[in-house]
Amino acid sequence: MSVDSVFVHKMWNDHELSKMVKGGVPFQMLSDGGGKVGTAFGVYDEDAGVENRGRFLIDPDGIIQGFEVLTPPVGRNVAETLRQIQAFQLVRKSKGTEATPSGWKPGKLTLKPGPGLVGKVWEVWKTDMARD
Amino acid sequence: MPEKQKVGCARPTGGVVGQAKERSGVDAAEQPKEGKKMIQVGKPAPDFVAPAYHKGEFTSVKLSEYLGKWVVLCFYPGDFTFV
Repeated sequence: MSVDSVFVHKMWNDHELSKMVKGGVPFQMLSDGGGKVGTAFGVYDEDAGVENRGRFLIDPDGIIQGFEVLTPPVGRNVAETLRQIQAFQLVRKSKGTEATPSGWKPGKLTLKPGPGLVGKVWEVWKTDMARD
Repeated sequence: MPEKQKVGCARPTGGVVGQAKERSGVDAAEQPKEGKKMIQVGKPAPDFVAPAYHKGEFTSVKLSEYLGKWVVLCFYPGDFTFV
């Protein structure tokens, strides 16, 4: 979503993005002329008249589970977004019985929060697991 | 799900669902300022309707029509920019 019109979205998709991604952009390219939606999400920069790089993860109940907002010059890391979605989906599927510690990715250890884990995290989770 | 839109010369805009349309001129000044709600994790995303372009069609997208699915909503500064 940006403040550009749907017509400009079409031109950008047809003349540039479709040259990067076969078949063009696979998802909806939303238009927010005037920044009303961006304002509601806290990412519209009134002075510049554009939206900052906001990224929101919204779950099947419409609840915001996470977001990240960057100023325009720095791009996002898609791999980290996907990792967060996988983590939130795992937690949801476990109905909150599992949690993903720092550095978690699919296949790695999850934690089962409960009285038994208090003071015992150090036994199963090591600090180098946060980084690899 | 997103519905197909007719193509006209007007530039369609969307907005937040349930929010009153902005009034112009003198009226606008008389409108009471709404308290700004902060976005918070664990809280519902504000619902909105927005015009969109998708695979050769102009459509209209309403966030609440995606209930039941995971949604990644991305904002960016502008088409044809560099990053």
